[in-house]
Amino acid sequence: MKLTLKIWRQSGANDKGALVDYQLDGVSPDMSFLEMMDMLNEQIINEGGEPVAFDHDCREGICGMCSMYINGEAHGPDRGVTTCQLHMRMFKDGETIYIEPFRAASFPVIKDLVVDRSAFDRIQHAGGYISVNTSGNTQDANATPISKIDADKAMDAATCIGCGACVATCKNSSAMLFVGAKVSQYALLPQGQVEAADRVLNMVKQMDEEGFGNCTNTGACEVECPKGISLENIARMNREFLKASI
Amino acid sequence: MSGFISSSIARKVAMALSALFLIFFLIIHLSVNLTSVFSESLFNELSHFMGTNPLVQFALQPVLIFGVVFHFVMGFVLELKNKKASTVKYAKNNGAANSSWSSRNMIYSGLVILAFIVLHFIDFWFPELNVKYIQGDMSGLLEGTQDFRYFEELQHKFVPVWRVIAYVVAFALLGVHLAHGFQSAFQSMGFNNKYTKTVKSLGNIYSIVIPLGFIIVAVFHHLNH
Repeated sequence: MKLTLKIWRQSGANDKGALVDYQLDGVSPDMSFLEMMDMLNEQIINEGGEPVAFDHDCREGICGMCSMYINGEAHGPDRGVTTCQLHMRMFKDGETIYIEPFRAASFPVIKDLVVDRSAFDRIQHAGGYISVNTSGNTQDANATPISKIDADKAMDAATCIGCGACVATCKNSSAMLFVGAKVSQYALLPQGQVEAADRVLNMVKQMDEEGFGNCTNTGACEVECPKGISLENIARMNREFLKASI
Repeated sequence: MSGFISSSIARKVAMALSALFLIFFLIIHLSVNLTSVFSESLFNELSHFMGTNPLVQFALQPVLIFGVVFHFVMGFVLELKNKKASTVKYAKNNGAANSSWSSRNMIYSGLVILAFIVLHFIDFWFPELNVKYIQGDMSGLLEGTQDFRYFEELQHKFVPVWRVIAYVVAFALLGVHLAHGFQSAFQSMGFNNKYTKTVKSLGNIYSIVIPLGFIIVAVFHHLNH
């Protein structure tokens, strides 16, 4: 495959940045998107240029590090996958591919395609945990009965890898799908009840302080989420928030 | 509590509550309007009741005006805040891949509806206020007759084609606005469960039936004057 790549290049946080065109030949349809990026970087290095900086880690779709906006969609045109699990067979020979960083005022660009998503960490610190004793006298898991439906829903919410695709794809840069998933994960389980009210209030407060936008229920986040986190989690967060406030 | 009021979720809930209120109001408004197609006298009676009943005029009407103004102001406030949250735009963004046109353009369909409401107030509400509260004529009668004036005024308004076209376009945009707004209001209120599919279907029906009803009234009176 021969591709034209339009890639966002930005040398640092304070640089203006611009799209730069690259030609890449000999791309295999079996390559992952990141392998294609590796190939491009080898070509750039061989030509004496500065390779494109991009986030990646596990490359098996579970760590949440990769974060590209490809052809107008977070993690590209495929569904239920992260960029590392996206394959070049999704594109056509001769195609022009736009590759941009995740955009949001709360996700400032660090370099090229790398953005600072530490706002998510701070939201997690505000309440995305339970205070249980895990030092040797842990309760037997089966001692706390949990309905299968709730356990499944909590597990579904817990599959959120915090990649930020929801924010990147949202026209309002809202983080409600992420926070909704993190709140739901605990709100559905008995272990999360003790701190439920404080958790949702603190996490929503932190989310607002980080400058994320307001959700208008377009549902784009649910479609683009590589883990298929449902909008149901946002509705649950809204209920939890109202319950804790009133 | 102050944290609650300034939170993003409270704004969302307030937007949804005012939307649900307006959704309910549209049913009442259309019900009264539709009587004009079937019975001139019933429409006149209802209009006179609505226009002179103190509870409607001095309790429900201010609440309605507040609901309308609040919904618009909050809509603009949210739009500005959201613009601030997403300062840099993508060179290529494929919004159609993951969301409906109506959901992404609520502010524009809302602006058309706002422009329509201004026209609608100039057409009907301001003249009503003038007759009743400035000229002090609470009789509801056509000058020099014993007949109510409401039906006659309604038909007279829809004689010009431009006004009928403006109303039809605005109602079409209202339908687009409601196509997203109806189910969105429920989601914002935290309602997302096994009945959500039913709510979405109801929303689809509502967003077609209500604007279509208003269009029928406007076109009917244009053709039957």
